[in-house]
Amino acid sequence: MLQYIGKRLLMMIPTLFAISLIVFTIIQLPPGNYLESYIAELEAQGESVDQQKVAFLREYYGLDKPLPEQYVRWVGGMLHGDFGYSFEFNMPVTKVIGDRMLLTIIVSFATILFTWAIAFPIGIYSATHQYSWGDYGLSLLGFLGIAIPNFMLALVMMYVANVLFGTTIGGLMDPQYIGQPWTWAKIKSVLEHSWIPVIVIGASGTAGMIRRLRANLLDELQKQYVVTARAKGLPPRKVLRKYPLRMALNFFISDIGSLLPHIISGAEITAIVLSLPTTGPMLLNALKSQDMYLAGTFLMFLAALIVIGVLISDLALVALDPRIRLSGGVAR
Amino acid sequence: MSTLELPRKASEGDHFVSTEPFDPGSAMRLTPEQERFYLASQWKLMWWKFLRHRVAVVSGVILLLMYGSTVVTEFLAPYNLHSRHTDFIYASPQRVHLFHDGHFIGPFVYAQTKRLDMTNLRRIYTPDRSEPRRLRFFCAGDPYRFWGLVDMSFHFVCPAQNGTLFLLGTDRLGRDMLSRILYGARISLTIGLIGIALSFTLGLVIGGIAGYYGGWVDMTVQRLIEIIRSFPELPLWMALSAVLPVTWSPILIYFGITAILALLDWTGLARAVRSKLLALREEDYTTAARLMGAKPARIIGRHLLPGFMSHLIASATLSIPGMILGETALSFLGIGLRPPITSWGVLLNDAQNINVVALYPWLMLPVVPVIVVILAFNFFGDGLRDAADPYR
Repeated sequence: MLQYIGKRLLMMIPTLFAISLIVFTIIQLPPGNYLESYIAELEAQGESVDQQKVAFLREYYGLDKPLPEQYVRWVGGMLHGDFGYSFEFNMPVTKVIGDRMLLTIIVSFATILFTWAIAFPIGIYSATHQYSWGDYGLSLLGFLGIAIPNFMLALVMMYVANVLFGTTIGGLMDPQYIGQPWTWAKIKSVLEHSWIPVIVIGASGTAGMIRRLRANLLDELQKQYVVTARAKGLPPRKVLRKYPLRMALNFFISDIGSLLPHIISGAEITAIVLSLPTTGPMLLNALKSQDMYLAGTFLMFLAALIVIGVLISDLALVALDPRIRLSGGVAR
Repeated sequence: MSTLELPRKASEGDHFVSTEPFDPGSAMRLTPEQERFYLASQWKLMWWKFLRHRVAVVSGVILLLMYGSTVVTEFLAPYNLHSRHTDFIYASPQRVHLFHDGHFIGPFVYAQTKRLDMTNLRRIYTPDRSEPRRLRFFCAGDPYRFWGLVDMSFHFVCPAQNGTLFLLGTDRLGRDMLSRILYGARISLTIGLIGIALSFTLGLVIGGIAGYYGGWVDMTVQRLIEIIRSFPELPLWMALSAVLPVTWSPILIYFGITAILALLDWTGLARAVRSKLLALREEDYTTAARLMGAKPARIIGRHLLPGFMSHLIASATLSIPGMILGETALSFLGIGLRPPITSWGVLLNDAQNINVVALYPWLMLPVVPVIVVILAFNFFGDGLRDAADPYR
């Protein structure tokens, strides 16, 4: 068990390393370095450039050094919390980000809970009532959830909420809490504001999850042990509760691996439409203005979030499923 | 006591051998229908099985119609992609009527009168009930260059002389939405096809190499796939399309975006190919082919791939909608395709804020074909997947 956890943690390091390499390549792709384009932009606007500061930044981030050295500096800085310098906001990335990352995590987590809460009963109903009208109706609803682009859903939901409840949903908390330290009141306000993004982000993920859960459970229901249990005379509900449902629970944990990238992608674009104070809008801006340290940090953070999420789901699975614990590997 | 009769030794004389040609149907006579069924090829069986999946067939027809429409877009669209009507900015959709004052006069629209609402600075269009304008069919309208080759002005439907026909309203430059959606289909629909062709090739080649050679090649590819999969798709797409040089022409951007979409999509296919190949390369017929001196490329392409090609095509179909959605999202955000190239996502880019939903909801209409195409591809792909294994 401990050995497995250790192995799994060690495997994460090369993955994160490779991800950082890819992210670094992407932020290096635009021609010229960002300091130069920043200076050019300032000069084009007729503003004066603080030569001393430019020289300091160039020295500090090694922008005149060869690429491998820049990479090492970048990764080294990240390891002790220095994510580089945002040229658009003119301050270190760490300060620009503030609690955006935390809010991204909160929204993603809430969405996962929402997805589970919706997908679980519906998936079970669809599987146990295969080919019934309810199954067809719910499947159609699920397909619609996949097919409607979530940015459009976000727009329409925002409008509907505005008309029905009179709330302007542009943000994740009441204005007076922005920039304030975390208190219970602030958390409550965040919860009140987060239901629209959670529903919008969750829509397509839930739909996919219902379909996968249904297929999984249908496979399980046809297995011989279920037939045996039924033949023994167990009431149908008990058969369901005692055997296939427990298999389905495992599936919920192991499916995080495919759910999480989906949710984070959805969270980004939904956040942009709803202008939530999460990573989405800022990432888009950073990419558009080629503020590459900022964009790189966000990409790195989102990828790391997924890697860690998958790690947690794998570990939880080990704790839950004796078959994996005994064979020492995750069977997907 | 009866003597046990031993079988007589067969002499050549009484052993009968028929000189008639052997008839394999002598034991059980097949009716022509049964024969048609039992002797059908694999592809024919798949076709029959596919036909039984009603929803998939309907979806297939819808897709066929949509792709067919892109061939003759210029003819179907009442206006050109860029024709502007400066007197009709943000005009609301016109309804087609058949009866005017209780008399049947064929399909017509009422002329619109414009009024400026000074409180929220909005143009309001109301149909003028006194003036029916009959539509013309198979008529001469906006001149265009068909496929960029032949000058023509032939349209399926045109407005009355000096009239307008905005069935789905107009946008902020007074361009007809219906025409723009029809033209947008060209880009949005082809991006899925070109993208899937790219990612299919990538998946086949990379998955094929990993599965056939195994060992460290396989390990490397597996790790690579894992890493690509641990990126959230959309942010990575965003990052990659944001670094496409601004100096590129729109058509280059189009191919760049397609390549980016394909670059992250091949992993699922490569995994499927790899796991199948790992199993199949242990089969006897593979060993036989190798012993006869066939090269790896021939073994993979000729002996292994055909065994599960149908599955691959089905799963490729199921990943087209993801690409179409991806392009739509990128263009919606303004970092994907850019005008003058017009896709549904580029059209939706105009519908970015809540004002549009409240004041000009018809600008959101390009989302309807997106939803229809995604649904159709999903059902169609499901049908293909079921049909891919006709013997089950």
